[in-house]
This record gives sequence, C-alpha cells and structure tokens, in this order.
Amino acid sequence: MSTPQTSPYGFRYIGAKRRTKEHPRFVTGRGRYAADIALPGLKHVALVASPHASAKILSICSEAARAVPGVHYVLTGDEFCAATDSLPIGVDAPKVTRWALARERVRYAGEWVAAVVADTRALAEDAAELIEVEYEPLPHVTDAEQAIANTDTLVHPAHGSNVILHRNFVWGPVEAEFANADHRLSFRATWNRNATVPIETFAVAAQWNPATEILDIWASIQMPKYPDQAARALRLPGNAVRVHYDVDVGGSYGVKRGIKHTVLVGYLARRLGMPVRLIEDRLENMRGGDMHGPDRTFDMTAAFDGDGTIRALKIRAIDNVGAYAGRAPFQLGKPVSAICGPYAVKAVAYEPVSVMTNKTPQEAVRGFGQAPTNFALERTMDRVARHLNMDRLAVRQKNLIRKDQFPYTIPSGSTYDSGDYQTVLDKALAAIDYPALVKQRDAARENGRLAGIGISTCLEPSGGNSAFEPLLNPKNETTTWMDSCLVRIDLSGAITGIMGTSSSGQGHETLVSTVIGEVLERDPATIRVIHADSLQALPSNSPVGSRMAIMLGGAAAGAARQIKETLLAIAAHNFECEKEDLDYRDGNVNLKGVPDKMLSWDQLVEIAHRKFHAMPAGVEPGLQAKFVWEVPTGGGLPTPDGRIQIYPCYAFECHIVYVEIDPDTAQPEIKRYVCGHDCGVMINPDIVHGMTYGGIAHGIGAALYEQFTYDDNGQLTSGTFMDYLIPSAHEIPPVKIVDHCTPSPITTFGQKGSGEAGYLGAPAAVANAINDALAPLHVEVNTLPISHLAIWETIEKAKRQ
Amino acid sequence: MKSPPFEYARAASIEEACAFIAQHGDDAKLIAGGQSLVPMMAFRLLRPGWLIDIDAIPALKYVAIETDAARMGACTRQCDIQHDDVLAAAVPLLRQALAHVGHVQTRNRGTAGGSLVHADPSAELPLTAQVLEARMVLRSHSDTRTLPAASFFEGAMTTAVRPDECVVEIQWPVWREKKTGSAFTEISRRHGDFAIVAAAAQVAVDDDARCTRAAFGIGGAAPTPAAFPDLAKRLVGTRLEKETLRDVAHDAAATLEPGSDIHASAGYRRHLAGVLAARVLQSAYDAARAAR
Amino acid sequence: MSERLYAIAIEVNGTKRTGQVTARTSLVDWLREHLNLTGTHVGCEHGICGACSVMLDGAPVRSCLMYAVQADGHRVTTVEGLARPDGQLSVLQDSFCEAHGLQCGYCTPGMLIAAQALLDENPRPSEHEIRDAIGGNLCRCTGYQQIVEAIELAARRMAGEAE
Repeated sequence: MSTPQTSPYGFRYIGAKRRTKEHPRFVTGRGRYAADIALPGLKHVALVASPHASAKILSICSEAARAVPGVHYVLTGDEFCAATDSLPIGVDAPKVTRWALARERVRYAGEWVAAVVADTRALAEDAAELIEVEYEPLPHVTDAEQAIANTDTLVHPAHGSNVILHRNFVWGPVEAEFANADHRLSFRATWNRNATVPIETFAVAAQWNPATEILDIWASIQMPKYPDQAARALRLPGNAVRVHYDVDVGGSYGVKRGIKHTVLVGYLARRLGMPVRLIEDRLENMRGGDMHGPDRTFDMTAAFDGDGTIRALKIRAIDNVGAYAGRAPFQLGKPVSAICGPYAVKAVAYEPVSVMTNKTPQEAVRGFGQAPTNFALERTMDRVARHLNMDRLAVRQKNLIRKDQFPYTIPSGSTYDSGDYQTVLDKALAAIDYPALVKQRDAARENGRLAGIGISTCLEPSGGNSAFEPLLNPKNETTTWMDSCLVRIDLSGAITGIMGTSSSGQGHETLVSTVIGEVLERDPATIRVIHADSLQALPSNSPVGSRMAIMLGGAAAGAARQIKETLLAIAAHNFECEKEDLDYRDGNVNLKGVPDKMLSWDQLVEIAHRKFHAMPAGVEPGLQAKFVWEVPTGGGLPTPDGRIQIYPCYAFECHIVYVEIDPDTAQPEIKRYVCGHDCGVMINPDIVHGMTYGGIAHGIGAALYEQFTYDDNGQLTSGTFMDYLIPSAHEIPPVKIVDHCTPSPITTFGQKGSGEAGYLGAPAAVANAINDALAPLHVEVNTLPISHLAIWETIEKAKRQ
Repeated sequence: MKSPPFEYARAASIEEACAFIAQHGDDAKLIAGGQSLVPMMAFRLLRPGWLIDIDAIPALKYVAIETDAARMGACTRQCDIQHDDVLAAAVPLLRQALAHVGHVQTRNRGTAGGSLVHADPSAELPLTAQVLEARMVLRSHSDTRTLPAASFFEGAMTTAVRPDECVVEIQWPVWREKKTGSAFTEISRRHGDFAIVAAAAQVAVDDDARCTRAAFGIGGAAPTPAAFPDLAKRLVGTRLEKETLRDVAHDAAATLEPGSDIHASAGYRRHLAGVLAARVLQSAYDAARAAR
Repeated sequence: MSERLYAIAIEVNGTKRTGQVTARTSLVDWLREHLNLTGTHVGCEHGICGACSVMLDGAPVRSCLMYAVQADGHRVTTVEGLARPDGQLSVLQDSFCEAHGLQCGYCTPGMLIAAQALLDENPRPSEHEIRDAIGGNLCRCTGYQQIVEAIELAARRMAGEAE
C-alpha cells in the first residue's frame, strides 16, 4: 500500500514516507553478515550430531579425524563441559544443565557430540564423518503428555521429572462465573512445532587476542544479555567479550539465539589461538540449531451466556520445550499479558505446563507464545458462536473491550493502554466488502466448493518487558528491561546516534535517525546511526517482544531532547534570557520575536565544543547525551496471587480471510486477505507494513504448511527445505492492510510495537476460514498446520459420519 | 553440507563421455544440469569418485521434430523445452508438464535426460515419458540400445541405465491424429515441489467426438510413474462419459500401491490418483474436441 | 593426500576471473570465499531457497547447485554486477529501496537476480508472472508483497510511466 509523503500525525518526519537507511547496502550486495566476516587464518567448524533421540555415549574415537591433513582439533563434551559453565536457564531447574556438546548422554537426535576444526568447512565435514561414537540407545519420549505420564523415561534424570514448569493461576471469580454462566464448552486446540526459520542460518566467528585478552565475536545474533551469558559460560569477565553489533543479521524473528554455538566457537578460538567460525548448514540448523518454536496443546474451556458474553475461561496449555530449556518455558508466560485477548472477560484460570522431551530444544519465536494462544482464543470465539448459532462477528463485537473502557485492566493484572477495536474491525470489514464476501462464499458453496471466511481479532503485546520471569520463577527478580541510546553532535555539526544491539531487518537505523531528526528538526538523511560493540554500547535488551519502536525510539527521543535542552541552555546563557524566551527551529535558536538574535546550529555546536567561556555553568562541554530508560509501566514484581503488569502497549489486529477448498483434492487456496491494524503512531509506515505482510506470510505458513515433524524413533522428518515447507510467492496471496491509529498514551510519540504484527492473528484467521469452509460438513479441525492431508482426512471423516 | 571430494572431467563428445564411464564404472557419475545430483552430493547421499560433465557436448543438445517423434538430446534444458513453440505444438504435454517442474532457476539448468535418469517417482518428466511411451536411446562405449519408458523405469530412483551407459536421446512420440488434446495436473503442498500425486493424459477424438486413442498415467503413487495403456483402451470408442471416466480412473488408482510420508498418506494418494486421472482425461478430451 | 585443483576462468560481472579450485567447490562458495563477492548468499545449499541465485550466461540459476568447475568458461552476474556502470543503483535496485521490497536483505540479492532476469525477458510482467519468477526465492521478512510491488514499480519506471 502506498504511504503518504507527509506525516498524517502532524509530525515532521514520523509517519511520512521515508526510504530506509539500510536498503542501499543490501540491494548492492554490500550487507555485512556474520558469514561475510573475513578474518586472516580463519578456521572452520563442522559438527558430529547424535543419530539417536536418547542414548548413552559409551566412547568417542576421533583419531582418524585428527589425522586428516588440515584438521586442527576435535573437541568433545568431556573437555568442553569441564572447561566451560552450563548455559543459564530461566526457570528454577538447576539440574537441567546444557552445553553445546553432549557429555555422557544425548537427549535428542541432532544434538552435537563433537566439533571438528579444520582449514575449510569441507575438510571439517570429511573429518567429522571419521569420528566414531559408540552409543547405547535409551528409551525416548517425544510426546509431551507421555513425558508427563511416563516418569521412567526422564530426559534429565537429575531433575526428577520431565515437567520443568507447572503453575496454576486463577485470576478473578472463575468458578463463580462458570457456575452462573448459561453455557460451557470445552475443546482441544493443538499448535504443532514450527519456527521462523530465517533464510540465513546462525553464524558466529570468534577471535581471541592474547595481547588484549579480549574475545571478539561476530554473530548473527538477536538476544538479550548475549555478551553477558557468553562471558559467564566461558568463565571470562564481561569486559573480556566484545560482541560486534554492526553485523547485519539475515532475519531472526526471535530465533537467532546461538548462545551455545557462541560458547563453543569462543572456547575453540581461545583454546587454539586461531579465529574460528561456525556457520550452521541447513541440516544442523533445523535439527541441532535449537530454534524450534512452541509445540503446544491447549485445553480450552469457556463459560458464556446466551447472548454471547464470555464470562470466564479456563486454559490449560502444555508446551513441549524439547530436550533442554533456556528461555523457552517463558513462552507460556508472555501470553499472561493478554490472556483474554481483546475481550472483556472477567475471570481466567491458566495452567501452563512446560515439558521436556527428546525433541530439539525450543527457542523464542516471534510473538513468544502469543500466536498459539491467540489461535486457541480465536478458535474458542468461533466455537462459542457455533454453539449459540450466533454470527461470529456478533460474538466478537459483544465481547470486544470498548474504546471508552481504556485503560483497561485484565484479570491477570496487565492494563491495556489504548485501543479502538470496533473501529478497526469495521474498517477491515468495509475494506473487504464483507456482505459481498459472504455472498461470494455462499455462491461458491452452491457451486460445490468448500468455501469459508475466517476472522480473528487479536492483540500484540508490545514493549518487551520480561515481567513473566519473576511471575514464573520467584527466585528470578529481574524487573529491569531497559534500552538506551547515545546521541552525539560532533564538531562539524553532524549527528550520530549510537545503539547497542544488532538488527535483523527491522530498520533500527531508520528508526533512530527519524526520531532524532524529529526532535532536533534535522534531516534524518544526514544522521548516522551506528551499532556500538558490546564494550562501548549502552545497555540494550535487543529487539525482542516488539519493543524497539517504543524502547529504542523512546531512548533516542530522550537523548535528543537532552541535546535540545543543552542547545537552549547555551543560547539562553549567551542571550542572557530564560529558555522559555527562546524559539528552537531547525536546530537554530533565536530570541522569541527577534529573528536577528539567533545562534545557528553551527554556532551552538562550536560553543559546546570549543568555547567553554561561552558555556553556561554546570553544562557539560561536548554535545552528547545518553538516555537509558526502563519499560514504561515496568519494574514491578507480581502480587502473591500472580497478577502483574507485563507488556506496556497493546496493538490490535483483525484479519479477514477467504478460503476455498477443492472438495475432491482437499487443496486449499487463500483468495482474499484483509488485515486491519492499529499499532498507534507508525514511525515508518513502510517498515510497519512490511513486517505485517511478513508476519501474515509466516502465519499462513504456521496455519497450513510448516511443521517440524518427528517419527516414532524420535527423528526429525522435516529437516530440509524440501520437507519443511516455507511458503513461496505462489502460496502467499496479495494482502490488503487497513491502518488505524489509536496513539498509546504512555509512549514518546504514541507508538506501539509491531514486530510481531500479522503473525499474531493470521494462523487463527486461516484456521477459522478452513473451519468455516468445513462447517457445512459438520466437521472441524483444531490442529495446526492444516495440511492438505488433514483437510482430506477431515472431509473423509464427514463422509463416514 | 559440502560435497565429499571427487575428481571432475568435462567430456567433449559422447564418445569421450562413454570412454570415461567405461573406465571408471560405478565410481563415476554423469552430470549435466546437476539439479538433482548436486543436492544428493551435498547431503553426502552420493559419493562418486568422478563426475563426468556432459553438459558441454553439442551432440546432446538438439530438438528435431519428425513425423512420428520429437527427438531431443539428453542435455536439452528444461527451459528450452518449455519455450520451444514448435515442440509444444508437436508434444504439448511436455510444456504442460514443465509448468510444474521446479522453478525458473532449476529449469534453466535442469535437463530432460537428467530428470529421467534421476527417476523420482513423483517427477513430471518421467510421468510424461511413461504416458507418451517415450523411448530413451542409451549409448555405451561398445553399444547403443533403445529402451521404452516402460522398461526404462525400474523403481524409485532406479532405471535400467547401466553404469557404463549414457542417455543420449529421448524420442517423444508425436500423435498424428488431428484432434488431439492433452493435460497435466498435480497436487503439491507448494507450487514447484515434487507432486504428492500428478496425472497426465493425451486423448485423440474423431469428428464425432469419439475417442480414437487415449493414454494416461499417474505419478507419485507408486515406485515409478505408472501408465495405463490397457485401461486407456477402454476409452476408445466412447465419448468419455462420466461413468466410464470414473470407472477407468478408479480402476487405475486401485492398481497402485502408494507410500505414506509426512505430506500424504497412502489413502490420500490413492484418492488423488483417481480424482486427478479423471480430471486430466476429461481436460485432454475437451482439448481434443476443441482442436482445429 | 590433498585434493586436486582445477584451473578455472569465469567472467564475473564483466571481468575475467581465474582461480584454482577443488572440484567440489560450489560456485557460490567460490564467489564468496575466493572472490570475496559476499553479496550472493547461502541459505539452504540444497537448491530450494534461491538466496544464492546468480545469472549464468544471462539466465538465473542456483549457484549452490553448481560446482565452480562447471561454470568454467561461462559468464556469471552477481548482485554486485547489477548497478549501473557509474555505481548508481539500477532501476530495479532503486525500486526495491523505494517500495521497501526488503527488510533483512538476506534473500534480496537472489530476488534481484530473479527479478532482473524476468524484466530482461518480459518488460511488462503481470503480477502472476512476477510471482512465478520469484516463486523459487524464499523470503521470510516481506510476505513478498512489497517485493512484487517493487518489481512492478521497476517495470513502470523502465517503461517511462513512473518516476
């Protein structure tokens, strides 16, 4: 969709069409990704992976591999685990230890057992094939419910159970609402494993400098506290690890968290005194890269009245995190922030259960558990409608929080900042011409097609605040989740914004320059934004949880405002007036009403840098300002009954999708797609729209195509791009986005987050459309992805009934 | 995912290629476009000691349309087949099949012979070869022989080509009936993927709209793509009435023993085989009636 | 035992480049590791994602599905060769910037190669033809929409119908 050339919000730059700062280097092939980092004498790593889902390692013989010319080292778990520390775990389960290389026991097929370092990757692979590992296979479990029930087959026997997290939250008078409701229904919704699967695999290079005693790291990383975790595991002080954040990351959407890879490569680089690089190949990435997403079963129970009012929900969510747990169990925590979606539900019971199995470990994926939860909630809305024989829109409209109810506090303790859900839904319905769409569907049905309309109305909690950490692990009192920016005006008057994390396509350089330009009234095109390394950067928690427009944008604004105040102070001192007597325009400051009495940007910069005699007392010379801030509304600990403000901002999206299915072949086709979206003020609309289109495509993948499947032997059976089906331009239909803006009252410019947009509502809407198409057959499907096969089997079931 | 080490030689002629493979036997593999071979080597599922590159042999790249057959060199690229209007007029099923083969980039490298020798059970060109009863000309250093498709494909990823043989030519029969139509369809999870099930048909009719000749086949539902010449004969003399069509398609599907994988069960494949066989026959028949 | 090296000479972006490679060196690895042309990216190494697309004798191919020795004597164009001779962005590259046809940039070089090849043959492609031309190039950021729009914009600009 086309973006207005001028800001619809009355800003100078924010909201207007602006090309990004990043694109020119990417379209010319001059991006600098981790795999592009050339280090003299670089050595390459290949890995030996476990063929078993569960086994004891009896012996590892690497003599033949070491003898291959060009091979420098073979590392196994015995040495590595003794020399480094286990990776941290979010929940309270200290016996669940985890290293990049297995020691004594492997817990999933694909787990790394040995690493070979050689002159080339090809040689390293040759040598890896020569390593003989003797295993004693052990019983394995890949199903989460079996893992709960089967206490004999423990993934981590020292932990004593396969359950790593199990809580029971009751927010509000759940039982009373259930007792008083006219109706109740229960069903199971299943979200199978998928992930964002970026086209770039994870890559990391490391170099140890014995003179400075610094370990330099270049990685395709998107991860909070990454340098800190790497240093700790390597038993180095934090100031001995320097992560270079100026590396372009080839997509992440949550999963680029190669901390285990990093510790491995960092250790090897230091141990061997050579620069070492590991680029996952696609097989390693899919099996052993530890980037699978939620794998979740929801048992949903709803209590509701005859008019469609949902009174209360009971949600039991069992999540299969795989063989090790980092932050994965927390993906059951973020949804607490919007546990009842955009609906005014009075009471919710939530039972999250996180289970370890002999599958590949789970990592953070776009939405951090919210997309599966939204899918379960939106299936619930459709089921309530069907139960009452009500229109699905009417049920949603009955329950949507009204514009006049904001700020609105949900039972689990989060306050939604703002919204106008009904208007966004109305806009989307108008954009797709809903009455005509219903006619189109009905006509298709009369022609023998299976045709359906899917609707979802969902929230994107944004502003990434990790308050689910103390909620799910009382021993973890992390409440700080800051981000920051440093703005510096050099002697030439040029502006530099300095951020402290890497970007994976979100356009942070564009974000920061636009915001600084807005505040200082200087052309963003002239503002440079750099990614400082971790030893020079101010604190950042990285672009997770749809936070950067809010947090980095807010930090950049905060720093720029300090600069502006300094400029005003300098002018006030020189004009011997108060700041309030001054006008600031385009970086120049003049006495109000006296255009001649002006200090230009260049003059002010000159004073700040060179003319201490003209500086006001107490003002720091040199023009730079840092701004570090905590997530708005953040910083609190949960109440004893488990209520907590988690994310600060809540963006809203509604999806309307029209699907036809060939009843004879079960082939689905998405024929129409409209998304209504409100994420407050969009700093760069092209970027927001782009992420939303991408999120929708990713959601269509989750709904119809993508799954990490396992066979009975615990082997991943979709470990290549031939079997893990990322949708192409053929499968993704044209999408129309309809914008609406309800500014957030708690952010700098009214912005909310949007990095997970689209993905949070698309799977639900597509699933609802398929089910609407199948409704005339009186069958339904509540398991994602809904493959051709699943549709055919469901149609066959209907024929048998 | 780096290929294991191998030695490479580029053959300048068919004779030279045959001499190479005669010398190295099982240890050598021919490579033309490499679109199937290279991934298998990257996965280290194949580890030949030698790759003999036949892609630059001029005598393997030609298309010659003759009265009864279109002959093409084994290294004719899929993109060239797809864009050849004369060929499309003589053997329309080829272009229809190629619309489903891979993507632009793979068709720009992939060859006709390479796809046939790879013999993926769900691939489009092997199915087309079965349906049209194409003939493959094989050369070795000492011998030339011609195999019909029915004996060329022996099983999944297996052909009758001996290690010392090279496919040099494919002969696609041209139907001389004026009113001929053909159709190709398939169901795959994503466009461009190998089919879950594919079906192809060619039908000729007389001026009275009665079928005079028919051929059809199904891919992806058995170890090799299957053609049904005997069942097709039942269509001759009919106007492909609905029931006849349904019965023939059903009987064809019933003979198949499809496999199961993560994308489709045996039952779904058999079901699709029947549906798609009926569809391509109907489409081919409609096209034949509309011809001229 | 060291692997045998093969001498190759390939015209890359208009310049003859020579090298000594093992037979198993893929074309993309040669471009990236030997010529330091890191604009061409590796995504899957088994011929599905299209990130490694380059033009071989003017036609887009997957450079992970080719050994460098196979390209000996041929002509290769990579993303680094798409800009105008004076270094200015090509119409297509500029249109990708204008229409926001990329985010992380990783699939972008392959997309540009596929799109440029399309426009070279078909200056006014339909949306369906565009989607078909990039159907073998996977992108995880964009959902393809702004890529399609960028290619449409480039086609209009080349026809003189848009700025």
